[in-house]
Amino acid sequence: MSVQSPVEPESDLAPAPRQPRRVGFSQTLSRWDVKVSPYLYISPFFILFFITGLFPILYTGYVSVHKWHLLQGQGDFVGFDNFADVFKQKDFWLSLRNTLSIFVISSVPQVIAAILIAALLDQNLRAKTFWRMGVLLPYVVAPVAVGLIFGRLFADQSGLINSWLGVIGIDPVQWHVDPLSSHIAIATMVNFRWTGYNALIFLAAMQAVPRELYEAAIIDGAGRARQFFSVTIPQIRATVIFVVITSTIGGLQIFDEPRVFDPAGAGGASRQWLTTTLYLYNTGWSGQYNLGRAAAIAWLLFLLILAIGMANFFVTKKIATGDASPSKKKIKAAQKRYEAQRNS
Amino acid sequence: MRKTTRKFLAVTAGVASIALLATACSDDNGGSGTPTSGETKKGDDTTPITLTVATFNNFGYTDELLAEYSKDHPNVTVKQTIAAKSEDARTNLTTKLAAGGAGLADVEAIEIDWLPELVQSGDKFLDLNSADVEGRWPEFKTKPATTASGALIGYGTDVGPEAICYRQDLFEAAGLESTPEAVKELLGGDGATWDKYFEVGKQFTDKSDSAWFDSANAIYQGMVNQLEAAYENTDGTPIPLADNSAVKGLFETVTGADVQALSAHLGQWSGDWDAAFQNNGFATMLCPAWMTGPIEERAGGITGWNVADVFPGGGGNWGGSYLTVPAAGKNAEAAKELAAWLTSPATQIKAFLNAGTFPSQTEALTDPALTAATNDFFNNAPVGTIFGNRYQAIKVTPFKGPNYFSIHTTVADAITKVDVDKSADQAAAWQGALDAYNALGL
Repeated sequence: MSVQSPVEPESDLAPAPRQPRRVGFSQTLSRWDVKVSPYLYISPFFILFFITGLFPILYTGYVSVHKWHLLQGQGDFVGFDNFADVFKQKDFWLSLRNTLSIFVISSVPQVIAAILIAALLDQNLRAKTFWRMGVLLPYVVAPVAVGLIFGRLFADQSGLINSWLGVIGIDPVQWHVDPLSSHIAIATMVNFRWTGYNALIFLAAMQAVPRELYEAAIIDGAGRARQFFSVTIPQIRATVIFVVITSTIGGLQIFDEPRVFDPAGAGGASRQWLTTTLYLYNTGWSGQYNLGRAAAIAWLLFLLILAIGMANFFVTKKIATGDASPSKKKIKAAQKRYEAQRNS
Repeated sequence: MRKTTRKFLAVTAGVASIALLATACSDDNGGSGTPTSGETKKGDDTTPITLTVATFNNFGYTDELLAEYSKDHPNVTVKQTIAAKSEDARTNLTTKLAAGGAGLADVEAIEIDWLPELVQSGDKFLDLNSADVEGRWPEFKTKPATTASGALIGYGTDVGPEAICYRQDLFEAAGLESTPEAVKELLGGDGATWDKYFEVGKQFTDKSDSAWFDSANAIYQGMVNQLEAAYENTDGTPIPLADNSAVKGLFETVTGADVQALSAHLGQWSGDWDAAFQNNGFATMLCPAWMTGPIEERAGGITGWNVADVFPGGGGNWGGSYLTVPAAGKNAEAAKELAAWLTSPATQIKAFLNAGTFPSQTEALTDPALTAATNDFFNNAPVGTIFGNRYQAIKVTPFKGPNYFSIHTTVADAITKVDVDKSADQAAAWQGALDAYNALGL
């Protein structure tokens, strides 16, 4: 890129018209290099994204408007019948309820706990690396193994958690019967796995916060809590948004944990913990092998995630901005006031 | 800063192109498409080929056993891939079949429960009918693997003839006759019925704190497998559940107060079920030949288990596997020969000795190695002879059409609600099953 492509002589420096030079092929190449290369370099991402992201999404759309059996393949075009069928299924609405409930019970405490853990890890601790690796340990455990372990802990009659509850005089909870209890049990598995992971992301962001800000805050007499809310949180805003968005996407696609929560993997006899991805899987890959309907569910889930992701994005932006750092509007207003003062 | 970005981009581009290349290359393996079963290449005896066999859990096919095949077929190398769980193997098989058969092994093992769906797509498998294997299996083994047009898509490996496994010590403590012979007579011998089984259960629970059986769904499964056409007519059309008096009758039996009083209210394979083996949760279990393994795993340290050569309502089969040959394979004919060898009575006996997979081949039943087999954990019960007798007692081949498991799930869920969850009474649970059936839209 060191070779400058011949550009037209700048008019004010060389007013005299010059014979147009013959442009050699190598120069043409150089010009292409400048113009095309950047796109070429970033193209692999877009090509890969097209193959593994966009194409499947569109193809799923194509499948969803057809009768489609997993093994027997494509059938007739049926328009939006698959979508209509999905809306008529009681299980679909149950799965939405369960998904949203598990999502809220898992993601909200998880993000809050992750920030707090990160704040603790950000202090001057002995054996820092030990603690930091420690919180990541659950993430390394395979979800199915987590499912098996928690399956034992949350067993209705013989589970450890119910024995503990018995010790403090609480009646055993029917973890596999009552919807809310089963959601709490599943959310616990999810939180076990993801809290430490998110905490490390927050920790990385916190370490990038300039220490002068804390020094300034201390001089201003801010305590630990005040520093946390007025310096740390606003400074890691972008990361909070990132984590909230990724955990929204993950939270709405919870699959492994509910699938291994009981041996049948169908979400319970009354579909107490059937999540939408599990419902999608059971529709397309077991039982009826109805890939068309499964594709319709996939699209509905995609739209749902998009909607909730956007909502979360705006909410987080609001919360994280808070009153600690001024919004763009405020900055503009201030600039206007300043200019008005100067002009007068 | 700008320089690093550029470098990063260049690296990304490089990595991505490698990835793209790798994906493009890996396509080569499976570009063969789906030849129809007629034009698969005939395996000749000189070109060296490698045949892959995909199994799950433990089929008893050791490396030594597979090497024996190469002795007779010097040009063939047999490789086995083993999935840890049958569900993994199932997902792999169905997904790849859906994609036209690319990447499948030459011989794919399947479970009997997958067949109702697979026989619908029988053209994706080689027709394995052949004079050599004529009469190797009884009808209850071959019929589920036969398509509507008469093609046989799987060679039977093992089978699950059902007996009753029971706790001899708990029987004794409750004052019942407890030797296997006595228990056989107690439950009605060759004329054993479900009513008799429940009646003895009542005698037992009157004198014991343990339940009689583990799970109402297991009992229901045993009963429904004795119906010739449970949920569908033999032409494949579903029987509306609301009009299905036979199924409703069974449902009302296992969820009725009398039988519920005998249940340990457990879901099979759940954590509570596992734990119940250790704390005398129940005294009897419906016990297909392969169930002896799972019982031993869970009941380590419990010494009272035994097997009685009896089963209520006649014989019954639960589970068992097959070997299939996907039609898309390049060496389908050679694979068929291998599958025939692997499922021959002689090989199956070796597999049985390796892994306890009970043979489905009629001829293997009289093999001395089988009839002499005993099981230490079950107080040296002569399991070879017992399950051989139970095998002979199987008279009914239940018809399982494409919607069998969808409908079965609606009833099984209803039973779980009454038996395990206790979240619905009998009537409400049945109504739930009817609603779920209607939602299937059959």
